[in-house]
Amino acid sequence: MSTHQPPMPQAPAAAPHWQAAPGGSYPGYTSPIPVVRTHLGHAVASEWTKIRSVRSTIWTLSVFVFLVVGIGLLVGGLVSAHASDASMSGSNPLSFGFFGVLVGNMCIITLGVLTTASEYGTGMIRTTMTACPSRGRVLAAKAIVFFAVAFVVTLVSVSFVAMVQSSMLSGSGAASPSGGDWFKATVGVSLYIALLGLLALLVGSMIRHSAGGITIMIGLVLAPLVLALFMATESLRSVRDFLFEYSFPSQLSVFYDNTLSGSGPTGWDPLWIMMGLTAAAGAGAYVLLRNRDV
Amino acid sequence: MIELDGLTKRYGEKVAVDGLTCTVRPGIVTGFLGPNGAGKSTTMRMILGLDHPTAGDVRIDGRHYEQLTDPLTCIGALLDAKAVHGGRSAYNHLLCLAQSNGIPRGRVGEVLETVGLVAVARQKAKGFSYGMAQRLGIAAALLGDPRVLMFDEPVNGLDPEGIHWIRNLMKSLAAQGRTVFVSSHLMSEMAQTADHLVVIGQGRLLADTSMAEFVRRHARSYARVRSPQPERLLDALHEAGITVVPAADGALEAEGDKAERIGELAARHGIVLHELSPRQASLEEAFMRLTAGSVEYHARTEAGPRSWGSGRQGGTA
Ligand SMILES: Nc1ncnc2c1ncn2[C@@H]1O[C@H](COP(=O)(O)OP(=O)(O)OP(=O)(O)O)[C@@H](O)[C@H]1O
Ligand SMILES: [Mg+2]
Repeated sequence: MSTHQPPMPQAPAAAPHWQAAPGGSYPGYTSPIPVVRTHLGHAVASEWTKIRSVRSTIWTLSVFVFLVVGIGLLVGGLVSAHASDASMSGSNPLSFGFFGVLVGNMCIITLGVLTTASEYGTGMIRTTMTACPSRGRVLAAKAIVFFAVAFVVTLVSVSFVAMVQSSMLSGSGAASPSGGDWFKATVGVSLYIALLGLLALLVGSMIRHSAGGITIMIGLVLAPLVLALFMATESLRSVRDFLFEYSFPSQLSVFYDNTLSGSGPTGWDPLWIMMGLTAAAGAGAYVLLRNRDV
Repeated sequence: MIELDGLTKRYGEKVAVDGLTCTVRPGIVTGFLGPNGAGKSTTMRMILGLDHPTAGDVRIDGRHYEQLTDPLTCIGALLDAKAVHGGRSAYNHLLCLAQSNGIPRGRVGEVLETVGLVAVARQKAKGFSYGMAQRLGIAAALLGDPRVLMFDEPVNGLDPEGIHWIRNLMKSLAAQGRTVFVSSHLMSEMAQTADHLVVIGQGRLLADTSMAEFVRRHARSYARVRSPQPERLLDALHEAGITVVPAADGALEAEGDKAERIGELAARHGIVLHELSPRQASLEEAFMRLTAGSVEYHARTEAGPRSWGSGRQGGTA
């Protein structure tokens, strides 16, 4: 048989054309479909269709609502059944919403990771990036749509729980919460949870693997507190206190004014901390997304 | 028009695409051929801006992919039919793509009709057969009615009717003045579809030629002759200056269009012939000869322990 054949004579290279202005000078087909200059709005509309058109979104959000509302009502019922005027005196009735959100946030984390990472699992990301070559725009659109969905669903659930609990406990001697308390326990918590989910979305984009991303996020949320619980020796005291104060559950409880420790973040601090974390993750995710192959 | 200029992609030590320079022109179907692992898919990913080239440049109608403000109306691509979220319906999959480029919603129904998926438009993609998924991928490529179309092994998984359909589709798209770039490992498939060929092996350009030129150069014609009196025939042929080589089954083969001369010669010498036929080596064989030096993943033809390298590419280059 013949050995390697030399490349055949090439058609004349087309380099000169490259200076030509885009459009016009290139021959070929012209579509009757109007050409639209795409912008972020298009990407957001597309991501909205994506997120609402898969059942996993509906499921994770339903479970979230079920957990937040279910646990909220259960705790409210237990507390009001066992409450005496003395034990409840001065306590904030909104603080009992904490438990449902603490458990339910896993769903938001899962949805956040899935929003980005699942596209890598299926290969859909290549289709997405072909349709929108600006990678930053794709990430921004996903972030906007997810944040809006997570915020609204959380706000509706926690507001409902807060109203029911405060009416359940209104006759039990508990303090009546101020407007500021209400705002923190509803809007504050919702912003915090939606930001946590956004962090998960960004982690998903960096890890590109659904199970991996979810594991990392759950570790981030739970590990510090669990570690702190077992740090009995006095020599680790400062580490333990730090982990307690800055663990996710402690920070979440700041919104309800029932922290594990007296010190640590107060007021709106957890939100600023989470914003900082999310911004850093956002920068990392963007740089990685731009530089890596899809 | 797709213009590749010294396009190179390295994955660590591995050079997947090596200084590829060629132009894919509008108005014709350009076949992109190469054995497994030759770098076809990698090249296509670089054209779409998904993988960053290590060196070199690629432009679509003069622009880099990232510069396209209306990507789907400029270029439509089918890379991997299974690159769809299984939980989403065909309709919603196409809808989210249409929205991302401001393409009118009505196009979704149109392309679904074109590919024949209207009946299953509301079904989840994970239930689709490979052929249906392939059709959905083609629908996505056609969505923006683009000037440039690129298909990575589009006939994979399609039934004969589907293959026939996509062949005609590609030809008609090219006839409308579009650029059509389609990859395959099957020369025979390309012979029926493509007007121009770009052949690569181990990332390097092996041929960039029109289909007709490729056929003219590579389709070896020969005459095959079989006789119960081989010695007499050999003598007669030798006298006439015709060189033959023995084929595996005892027949003789002569290069070129010599069947008529051999027949006349045999008649003159009164030699009995059992077979005399003019033959054309297939384009597939020509393609294999061309890429023989660059086939990376040789398979064994038989399961027996002694048959190493007995494949048709064995022992070359
Ligand atoms: N992401 C990657 N990382 C490392 N190596 C890669 C990667 N993608 C491709 N390669 C390597 O580059 C080479 C070219 O692969 P490519 O998929 O482009 O070939 P192909 O011509 O499409 O093959 P096939 O006909 O089998 O589809 C292969 O050897 C492959 O192993
Ligand atoms: Mg391939």
